[in-house]
Amino acid sequence: MADTNLAALTLREAHELLKTKQVTSRELTEAVLRRIEAVDNKVKAFVSVTSEIALERAEAADRKIASGEPIGPLTGAPIAIKDNMCTRGVLTTCSSKILYNYKPIYDATVVERLADAGAVMVGKTNLDEFAMGSSTENSGFFPTHNPWNLAAAPGGSSGGSTASVAADECLAALGSDTGGSIRQPASFCGVVGLKPTYGRVSRYGLVAFASSLDQIGPVTKDVTDAALLMNVIAGKDPCDSTSLDVPVPDYTKALVPDVKGLRIGVPKEYFGMGTTAEVADSVWQAIELLRSLGAEYRETSMPNTEYGLPTYYIIAPSEASSNLARYDGVRYGLRGKSAPDPVTMFLKTRDEGFGAEVKQRIMIGTYALSAGYYDAYYLKAQKVRTLLRQDFERAFEEFDVLISPTSPTVAFGLGERADDPFAMKLADVCTIPANLAGIPAISIPCGFHNGLPIGLQIMAPGLGEEVALRVAYAFEQNTDYHKRKPTLG
Amino acid sequence: MADKLQYEPIIGMEVHAELLTDSKMFCGCSARFGGEPNSRCCPVCLGLPGSLPVINEKAVQYVVRTALALNCQITHQSIFHRKNYFYPDLPKGYQISQYGETPIGQYGWIEITVDGRTKKIAIRRVHLEEDTGKLLHVEGDRSEVDYNRSGVPLMEIVTENPPPTGLDQIQSAEEAREYLVRLRAILTYIGVNDGKLEEGSLRCEPNISLRPVGTVEFGVKTELKNLNSFRAVHKGIDYELARQEKVLRQGGKIVQETRRWDDARGVTAPMRSKEFEQEYRYFPEPDLTPLRFDPEWIEGQREALPELPDQKKRRFVEEFDLPEYDAEILTDSRPMAEFFEETVKLSGDGKAVSNWMMGEFLRLLNATGTEVEQSKLTPPHLTEMLRLVSEGVISVRIAKTVFEEMFNTGKRAADIVRNLGLTQIADESQLLPTVEQVLDENPKVVQDVLDGKDKSFAFLVGQVMRYTKGRANPQLVNQLLRDRLQARSG
Repeated sequence: MADTNLAALTLREAHELLKTKQVTSRELTEAVLRRIEAVDNKVKAFVSVTSEIALERAEAADRKIASGEPIGPLTGAPIAIKDNMCTRGVLTTCSSKILYNYKPIYDATVVERLADAGAVMVGKTNLDEFAMGSSTENSGFFPTHNPWNLAAAPGGSSGGSTASVAADECLAALGSDTGGSIRQPASFCGVVGLKPTYGRVSRYGLVAFASSLDQIGPVTKDVTDAALLMNVIAGKDPCDSTSLDVPVPDYTKALVPDVKGLRIGVPKEYFGMGTTAEVADSVWQAIELLRSLGAEYRETSMPNTEYGLPTYYIIAPSEASSNLARYDGVRYGLRGKSAPDPVTMFLKTRDEGFGAEVKQRIMIGTYALSAGYYDAYYLKAQKVRTLLRQDFERAFEEFDVLISPTSPTVAFGLGERADDPFAMKLADVCTIPANLAGIPAISIPCGFHNGLPIGLQIMAPGLGEEVALRVAYAFEQNTDYHKRKPTLG
Repeated sequence: MADKLQYEPIIGMEVHAELLTDSKMFCGCSARFGGEPNSRCCPVCLGLPGSLPVINEKAVQYVVRTALALNCQITHQSIFHRKNYFYPDLPKGYQISQYGETPIGQYGWIEITVDGRTKKIAIRRVHLEEDTGKLLHVEGDRSEVDYNRSGVPLMEIVTENPPPTGLDQIQSAEEAREYLVRLRAILTYIGVNDGKLEEGSLRCEPNISLRPVGTVEFGVKTELKNLNSFRAVHKGIDYELARQEKVLRQGGKIVQETRRWDDARGVTAPMRSKEFEQEYRYFPEPDLTPLRFDPEWIEGQREALPELPDQKKRRFVEEFDLPEYDAEILTDSRPMAEFFEETVKLSGDGKAVSNWMMGEFLRLLNATGTEVEQSKLTPPHLTEMLRLVSEGVISVRIAKTVFEEMFNTGKRAADIVRNLGLTQIADESQLLPTVEQVLDENPKVVQDVLDGKDKSFAFLVGQVMRYTKGRANPQLVNQLLRDRLQARSG
């Protein structure tokens, strides 16, 4: 089989070929590495490509397959990891100059689980520095390009992961989502991105941005692959006190193209806030399609939605200002040169190491947590967060899922919003509420405009990943958006 | 005018106690003191990117037990906070602590007695946090950091000023010292802390201020650090009270600051100014879920508490008829109380054991700077010595020599007595020649005695004891001397 075809495989397709020995993991991995070689100078999805480790793991997978041992769906599958997840002995930079040389001494729990499942890590993907951003332009190293239009942004912050999946530089990837950082770039790049329920996937080894919002999730070529990855990464981790001690279902069991009687809520507020007509049209067509398959839908109102963005921009920077305090040049990473005393060393390190967006958020968060402002900002934001959560609780009494656009627009041009931070942040207006409420949400491709993908967001109650997957799967079975490939021109 | 003003001290006590858990507060690393620098560390206590804390349940249990022993209420939903500040020994850039209204324990008290007056000192909070690493200054302009201590569980106990109705506050150096003595006793009894002020596993930082008698508002306070012994606590606070009074009497102002006690020079000196409240940006730790305590579990912890110092003291007074003061000293530390009880169990004579411990034992412990638990003298040793005394094998005077020898060498009393030939001489035929010799050598004294000067008789007894190196049975010496004197006069 030709390289392009091998690299374009889904996890499920690759598994069939590996299991029946039509292809080896080495062949598959080499095909992916050649694909990266061929296109990543244009896409720039990877911060580091780990060819040697990948080939070693591929050979280990091949030995296992050859020995006739039973193999799991991820054995031998080339997968990319967002560069904010710790990989032992492999650079983990968070796309920040402050961690330009940082090699962790341990693997994140998800990385360990993927390795145990036989997956082959091909590289670490680019992101907005410390996952702060919506376009991957805030990377401390270089921006990533949207495979559908190289002049467009891939979205962010998991833009490296979504672009690498869209460009067939891996079979699937892991991203992390704090305010939409999996779903929004998945929408921009025309791939599937799932943000699980808060606590469903261990955060141990995920370099923290905003601890109460961060979740790791799959970025895949179709819904089936998202379920396959979830089966491996979900579950209680004794190293993460916030991970949920709830049994993990077999998510592939949810992949039934049946939405009969399903109650869909369409919150009207998600169609304001800068939603373009094309995006709204595509989402409504998707809802109509689901209705034609037997689902019912009704418009509804979630009155506190407009407070999601401001609430998020208090809570996330507050937590970030504390989480990022450890980058002080004392133990690892960048150290400011020739400082006469510790305080000067801290200042120089952080001034040289952090980019403008990170500095801005640290300042906002520091301000919001200061005595005298705490009540007016942080505490108030926590109260609004409760109201937003209650909006969802009420909605899920009536509906099985809520459907909305993932992002109000298709991918914007690189540089287009760089000088307009508010417009940039508006790209996450539909995704942020799910993080604040801790509920699962998936983005799947549901149309195109000007050759750029449009994303459909399906939100479900806490631990309701299965119903979100089922709706997404039913939609996918009746459309072919997920099968389209960018030409990388 | 100002000279006639009377000032009264207000003292707040902030005590940090390292918990005796095997592992650290939020990871599995050893919490033991020392070790090769940075040998007891992992991603969590080094604060490496991506690492997350997991609560040590044993540490929580220890704090709950302490809070119960201090008569505190247990907070039903207790939460951890981040205290944010930059320092090289703080690897995450924040310390996980407990702030505000939700520490594990609140609103308790400790009873202390000073100069016969009993006070119930109000305790505001008992909370749990993690210790920091240690900054080591090496030669030149370099510093190194040892993170072995980073993440060791630390309990903080803070008094409440002003106290709620019915409770008291600390108002003198002696009360502060006594508070710390009783607190240490409680902590060591329940086994949550080793009570070593010298090693810093128990640290005390008093806040000290003066206010004119009759006023309500507190004066400006200073905080004292580096109080590494009970003596230092007492002297440091006394010094600081005197210093503040002098400043005020001269019309000066107290600066809010942290001052360091210099034990060698016997003075306090400013460390850093605290004029501006530090901005710690406290907020709830999002990486941890709140602690929720089941009332039944709390009751279980209460029932699991051992006999506490106050209870033990009362029992000693009743059971062994000890003076209140002796019972207090014997119960001030758990090893002391255990030593006493074990020896009483073996010997059966509480009064005698108490006398030896309050006398010789305390004297030797203090003189040599030894802790009870390090003492070479053991309860079986002391019991054997008491038996030798009661059986008349050695005199009480000889017993003091034997005691000191046991204390210094750890040898058994019987061996010491045998090796040094210290057995009592109670044999008339053995003593008689010595008695005769003393009478022969002191004709003038003999005459004085015969003339009715009883004091001189004691001199003769002393001489016999001297010749027999104290081994002579005193009653027998008395009897023989009187017999022989009578014979000579008659």
